[in-house]
Parts: sequence; C-alpha cells; structure tokens
Amino acid sequence: MSVTVPGTQSGSPGPAVASARRPRFAWKLSYREALTGWLFASPWIIGFVLFTAWPMLFSLYASFTRYNIVQDPQWIGLQNYQQIIDDPRFYKALENTFWMVLYKTPIVMSVALGIAMLLNMNLPGDRIFRTLIYFPSVLAGVASIYLWQWILSPNGLLNSGLDVIGINGPAWFTDPAWTKPGLIVMGMWFIGNNVLIYLASLKGIPETLYEAAEIDGANAWRKTWHITLPMISPAIFFQIVTSIIGTFQIFTTAYIISGTRSNIGGPRQSMLFYVLYLYNRAFGRVGPHGLQMGYASALAWILFAIILTITLFQLAMSKRWVYYETS
Amino acid sequence: MATTQALTRRWQLSGWQRFRFWRVVAWLTLFAITALFVIPVLWMVSTSLKSPSDLANTNWIPQTLEWRNYRDAFSFGQWGRWTLNSLIITSVSTAGAVLSTALVGYSFGRLRWPGRDILFGVVLATMMIPDVVVMIPRFIIFSRMPAYGLQGSSVWVNTFLPLTVPSWLGATGFEIFLMRQFMRNIPIELSEAAKIDGASELRIWWSIALPLSRPVLATVAIFKFQGAWQDFMGPLLYLQDESKYTLQLALRQFEFAAGGAPAWNQLMAASLVVMLPVLVIFLIFQRYFVQGINITGLAGR
Repeated sequence: MSVTVPGTQSGSPGPAVASARRPRFAWKLSYREALTGWLFASPWIIGFVLFTAWPMLFSLYASFTRYNIVQDPQWIGLQNYQQIIDDPRFYKALENTFWMVLYKTPIVMSVALGIAMLLNMNLPGDRIFRTLIYFPSVLAGVASIYLWQWILSPNGLLNSGLDVIGINGPAWFTDPAWTKPGLIVMGMWFIGNNVLIYLASLKGIPETLYEAAEIDGANAWRKTWHITLPMISPAIFFQIVTSIIGTFQIFTTAYIISGTRSNIGGPRQSMLFYVLYLYNRAFGRVGPHGLQMGYASALAWILFAIILTITLFQLAMSKRWVYYETS
Repeated sequence: MATTQALTRRWQLSGWQRFRFWRVVAWLTLFAITALFVIPVLWMVSTSLKSPSDLANTNWIPQTLEWRNYRDAFSFGQWGRWTLNSLIITSVSTAGAVLSTALVGYSFGRLRWPGRDILFGVVLATMMIPDVVVMIPRFIIFSRMPAYGLQGSSVWVNTFLPLTVPSWLGATGFEIFLMRQFMRNIPIELSEAAKIDGASELRIWWSIALPLSRPVLATVAIFKFQGAWQDFMGPLLYLQDESKYTLQLALRQFEFAAGGAPAWNQLMAASLVVMLPVLVIFLIFQRYFVQGINITGLAGR
C-alpha cells in the first residue's frame, strides 16, 4: 500500500492531495472515504445480516421451541435436545457420518497426494493427464450421481471389471455393508480439486532444498519425509479441515441414491447421514407430526457444535505439525 | 523365475538407467490412473446409445446405435421449460455474484474504513459455518417474504428469488475472499492518479479495477456458474411446481416415471446433455479453474 504521488504536486489542492500526504496506515480517515468503504461493502453486510446472522440466531431460538411454520413457535426449553439424546436415528446418522469422515478423509488425502506427486515428476504428457484427472470434479451434480449408481449396480461396469481379475464384486448400493464404501469409490472420481491444490503446493517447494539434501546423501524416501511433507503441510492441513467440514454435510448423493425408495437412508439406513436425517425431520418425512423445524434446528446446532469442536481441535493441533514458512 | 532375473538385472542397472526405469513405471501408473478417470464418461456415452435389451451386457460398442434415446429421453415432461429455468437461475445468480463480490472485494482489499478488518474476519468465519445451520431459518424467512404474485406465488418460496437474490448480496465468503486477495495486488498508482483527476471511487472501481481483475472475475463466474447449474438442494427446497423445476430436479423424473429402476440408456443420454454446458465451459476456461484452485490452496497459508 505505498502512496506514490510525489509531494511536489502542490498545485492541485483538495482531498486527493490530502490523502496522498497521509502517512501509511493512518486511521485518521476522511468521513467520505469511510462512507465509501461501508457503501461498497454494504451488499455483503446486508446479505450477512439477513441470510446468515439473523438466521443463525433464529435457528438457535427455534431449537428450544416446537415449530411447524404454520403456527407460532412454542417454547419448550430443552425438550428437543432431550428427545435427540433418546433418538436411535440420531445415533445412526451420527455413526454413518463419522464413518464417512474417518474413512473417506485419509483415503482421499493420500490418493490425491500420490497422484499429485506423479503429476509433479515432469513426465511426458503430464498436462493432458492433469486435465483428464481434474475434469470429472467439475461434473458433480445429479447427473454424475446417476452415472455412478449405474456403474456400481450389482451387474454394472465395476463388478464386471472386478470379475475379469477374479474378484466377486459386492452389491454396492443395495448391500448395507457396502453402501458407504461405494460412496467412497464414487468420491474418488471427484478428487481432482484436491490433486490440483497439492500439485500447486508441490510446485512451490524450492528446488534448492532437494539439492542440499542430495549433497547430504538423502534418498528419495528421506527427501519426501523431511522436505516434501513439511513443506506442503499447510496444504494438507487446509484440505483436511475443508474435507471434514464437507463430509459432515453429505446430502445430495445419499438423497438421490436412496431418495425414491420409501425407506430413508437406503438399505438398513446405512446411508442415513446427518444432514439427510435433518432434512427429513425438518420437512416432515420422518417422525410424528409434520414440519419439525424446532427439532431440526436443534439437530443443526448439535452438528455445528461438533464441526466447530473438531475444527478448533485441528487448529490447536496444527501448531505441532504444520510448518509455516516465515518469509 | 523370470521376475527374479528381471529384478536382479534391475539392480545391476546404472544410476541413469534406474532413474529411467522408475520414470517409465511412474508414467504407466499415471496413465492407468488417468484411464480410471476417463472410463466412466466413456461408459456413459456407450450406455446412452444402447437399446434396452443391450443394457445388461457390458460390451463397450452398442449392438445397435440407438440415437433415438436422445430424442426419447426428452419426449416427456417440460424439458424446454426446465432448461430455461436453469439458464435463468444460473445466469442471474452468476451475474449477481460477480458484480457484488467484486464490489465488496474491492472495499475489503482497497479501501480503508473503520471496522474493515474485523468484518473481513467475519467473512472468513462464515466460510466455516455449515449451510444446514442456516438452511431452516432461511426457508422460514423465504416462506414469509412477500413476492407479490411473482411467478404466481405470494411468498419467495416457489419463486426463483431465494436461488438468485442472495448471490447479489455478496454471495459466499469464499468468493469475497478470492476477489479481495486479487484486488489487493492491483498496482495502486493507477487509482491514485485517477483520484487526482477527480474520478469517484465507483468510477475507479468500474473503469480501472474491474478491467484489471478479469482473471479473478472469470474464476468467480465459473465457480458460481458451476455451483448454480449443479445445485440440487436449493431447488429441492424452494421450487415446488413442476413447471419451475431446474434440470437437476428434472433428471429425477426418470426414476419417478419408471417407479423404480429408471431407463438407464435414456437417463444417461439426458445426464450427458445436462452435463454438457459445464463441460464446454471447463474446456474453454480451463486455466481459470486451475487458477481459482491455486488461490484456494493459498488460503491454507
């Protein structure tokens, strides 16, 4: 933020020159400049108050009420939370969601890093490989969910491929034990984003570090462990945090795959994920009476508390393993 | 036996040869992985051209090329209408997101005003808030906000407003973050010079900052286009009449029509057509996708 207007322009008086003479980062602002700043930011400020801040407060309040939109909310204290504690489907949803977080995150992270490392070897044709690996991740949406449901059907493409190498493939989305692994297989098609973030991070490691290590006689394994991983640890950390937040909110995939069937969450509720359950509570497809906005709001705040706790824990732990260059 | 011989021979190779050997192995691995990413789309194309009796087979080349699947897939329902709906929602929200985040990003990145840094902290914090926390109250707000008969609805629910208006009000924290990071680095000399010429801040934004920010505008536009085109939960929540559906909701009609397993050949044909716009945009603007992801990656620092 350097001000480069030379001070010799004394010929033109007015606010422009005044601002040019002002020292850096001085907060003695002209009223006008402050007003402009606020005005320019006002779309976000209005949007934030209307569509984020106020909704959050309202949803916290609603979580202590019985509320079906038609009638006014009725204060019931902690009853929703007490009911949730005794709700077997809440635990099922929690269990399924945690399963996905625990298995999907490390698998996605390590496969994406492996592919990024291969793409970083300056192999011939790596740009084409990069494009082809990335393009499925722009195709997310209902269409690609149907595609994978088709590929993972019991006699589908994947199982016939497994057949060729002598493996008897499972029934995937119709077998309760294999629905979630099926979702992970499907999720691998969309890791292009993660691959590219790792690749950008890998390309940012200065070559001199490796050269120095080679002089010290380090082999490939030691170079990976002592240089590559510490240098890309900020990218790993960022991706673990965002991937966990995203996985906690799986909805569309499970909704489409188990959607038109009468049982919510697929075979033996094995795909009853947290947000899918919350949606069905709110919009009245599960439970005793109509739209249960209060109960669903309580569910939402519990999820928020879980995500916040995990994210803050990760932030605290990150000081031990994430290496930030001080430049 | 042969492999043991090969292995012993490998360790007798010179350093350069071993280096070559591993590079060939790496290339073949990368090739195989890439093939796994491409195969599903090829399978989609193949399925979309198969006859119903051919669907159970796993042959890649259909026995007969059934181009009529593409016609039959769109023979029921209101596909023209649904396509138009998707186009309207996507273009209005993309335009809104680009303009409003460019304005807000300029304010956070280039203007000095009290409270700016605290509010930017709030912008970053909103990126951590799960959408479900605000999903229900937003639905309640939109089911109360009057729409005065727009699209035949008295409230915002069952109109396109809940899917488009929020984009005009700063969209998401991530998009503002992208804009702000980029705008901060535009050379300031230009705007100081313009100020001396008496240009207003709005004019500087429009005629200096925006043209210089084209790459990030493109990045935000592409991400927003992709997100809006593929959004499923929003339309599911807010659009009730079939005539207001978007293409993402419309794809489910194949399952409803069949009352169970859909006609996969037609569903794949329709899915390919629905994917096509995003695919075309990706092929044209590939570098902006990559660029956006690189800025995202930097958020970790």
